[in-house]
Amino acid sequence: MNNLTVLPIILPLIAGLIMVIFRKRIHFQRILSIGTVAAVGGTALYLLEQIEKEGVQVLQIGDWPAPFGISLVADSFSSLLVLTTSIVSLAVLLYSFHSIGEGREKHYYYPLFMFLLTGVNGSFLTGDIFNLFVHFEVMLVSSYVLLSLGGEKLQLRESLKYILVNVVSSSLFLVGIAYLYRMVGTLNMAHLSVRVQEAGMDGLMLTVAFALLIVFALKAALFLFIWLPGSYSAAPTAIAALFAALLTKVGIYAIMRTFSLIFYGEPQITHLVIGIMAALTMLLGAFGAVAYWDIKKILVYNVIVGVGLILAGFASFTEAGMTGSIYYLIHDMIVKALIFLIGGTVVYLTGTSKIREISGLIRLHPQLGWMFFIAALSLAGIPPLSGFVGKLFITEGTFSSGYYWLGGIGLFTSLMVLYSVLKIFMNCFWGYTELTEEEEKGTTKGLLLPIGILTGLTIALGLGAEGIYSYVEMAARGMLNPDIYIHAVLGNDVLP
Amino acid sequence: MRTPDDTILRTVTKISVFIIFTFAINLFFSGHHQPGGGFIGGLTFSAALVLMYLSFDIETVRKYLPIDFKVLAAIGVFIAVSTGIAGILFGKPFLTQAFGYVELPVFGDTELASAVLFDVGVALAVIGTAVTIITSISEDR
Repeated sequence: MNNLTVLPIILPLIAGLIMVIFRKRIHFQRILSIGTVAAVGGTALYLLEQIEKEGVQVLQIGDWPAPFGISLVADSFSSLLVLTTSIVSLAVLLYSFHSIGEGREKHYYYPLFMFLLTGVNGSFLTGDIFNLFVHFEVMLVSSYVLLSLGGEKLQLRESLKYILVNVVSSSLFLVGIAYLYRMVGTLNMAHLSVRVQEAGMDGLMLTVAFALLIVFALKAALFLFIWLPGSYSAAPTAIAALFAALLTKVGIYAIMRTFSLIFYGEPQITHLVIGIMAALTMLLGAFGAVAYWDIKKILVYNVIVGVGLILAGFASFTEAGMTGSIYYLIHDMIVKALIFLIGGTVVYLTGTSKIREISGLIRLHPQLGWMFFIAALSLAGIPPLSGFVGKLFITEGTFSSGYYWLGGIGLFTSLMVLYSVLKIFMNCFWGYTELTEEEEKGTTKGLLLPIGILTGLTIALGLGAEGIYSYVEMAARGMLNPDIYIHAVLGNDVLP
Repeated sequence: MRTPDDTILRTVTKISVFIIFTFAINLFFSGHHQPGGGFIGGLTFSAALVLMYLSFDIETVRKYLPIDFKVLAAIGVFIAVSTGIAGILFGKPFLTQAFGYVELPVFGDTELASAVLFDVGVALAVIGTAVTIITSISEDR
């Protein structure tokens, strides 16, 4: 029993509720939101320490024993993700203070932000597949409102599509869970793991596994990403950065968790399919990123490439591949938030997102330009920045498991990613300075601090990759040995 | 605009609202051991409120019942989460419930359970949400 595991879920929830009650006190809401996110980050750090010393931390909610009640499970994988979530959302919150506008702030922006975090952290920490569904919904409902908040025409059109896609996939999720419950009679993920191995991965079980894969692939934008470019580029910068950093990652986490803990019996089928989907995602995403001449569109397609690469490492199902996936997942959350914030700032300054109409920003905004350059290199995986470690391990993993084509596509699309972001850098920051300071649509006052924090993090994570290696390795090993998770949740007398 | 004569509706509402309220509270308390509970009690309660909105108009009801239902929903969830936190304070897992038997003056030997407090939270959240949804649909032009 460890009550700390519930704090990352209830702290944002309580903070959000208090903010709804004091709706007009914007200053109070800002302080409370920063405090809450910092507290959640601190809890995650402390949990990581505990996990290293005592193993996986479990809480049986309401004192109901494991397969009957709901379990919350914090292993190092989920705690690392909760920690990264807190850091990223801290930066996005700081950015939104100066950019989101009073109208949105008065219409429940901060409470919704907190509820979104409740859902995200809950999805990372839950050990019950139905509870995972519930937390997905908490996250999605907040994201629907955040996406349509402001009520511009483009936003409403895109959020309608977004809601439709997600409602369909959520109902498929529910159907998948119902089938699973009918076949093995449990919802606890550790117990599911035991029973699915007993029942064997026959045709019916594979069907359910693929139904869940489709659901998570829709949420993670793995191959089924048609909904993503439109909806992410319609949102305001801070919200788009938050979505790009967190929402698809929850889908990726769900794929990695279910296909390493529950449906790992037939990796030559399930993981091969994930690998093929990942390869197609990388290729199509990279084509999109290269083809567009619009900052927002290029960045959005880069999100898709990242999803493919993370799951390519997972599909290899080797320790190196898993380590790489986890490293790259953490890196991707940070660097996607960073590059969306910078891209959004450029659009905000110039009033257009077409890169052919922008030039010479580096004269007036040297910090912004160089930070974009660092982010671009990190995104492409140039050492010593944070993307390098993950890409190295992913390539090693895919090559050692014989998926040469997968690793090759990963490397090839990295080049295309580099080209696509340097295209933005060269067009927007180099060249003749067209706009004078007075002609710009806004200032970077207050916006550079969060961008600077994230840039520092991506450098630190690259140089200090050794520092978190023990946690990442523990997480990768936990995924390859589901027994660790099962014993932590069910105890030693595993129920049949 | 045509103003319909809804005397009958209003008179019936004035009486039946109290019957529905009583029934809602009865449902709420029976939920501990029999079918019922905070969710269904709260829904029934909000049905009575909606009946009031229908037979009178929104402004009148707001004048006599000046509650922001969004805040009510938030307070409800807050109460529910707080009862869960009480478990943490006693060194038990989150959401652990306790109950005991107490000798009360009028009711005799009564079972008191902390789950009822949780259910109060659920009921308030349901009332707040249901009424907010219905009023915002009716305000939509």
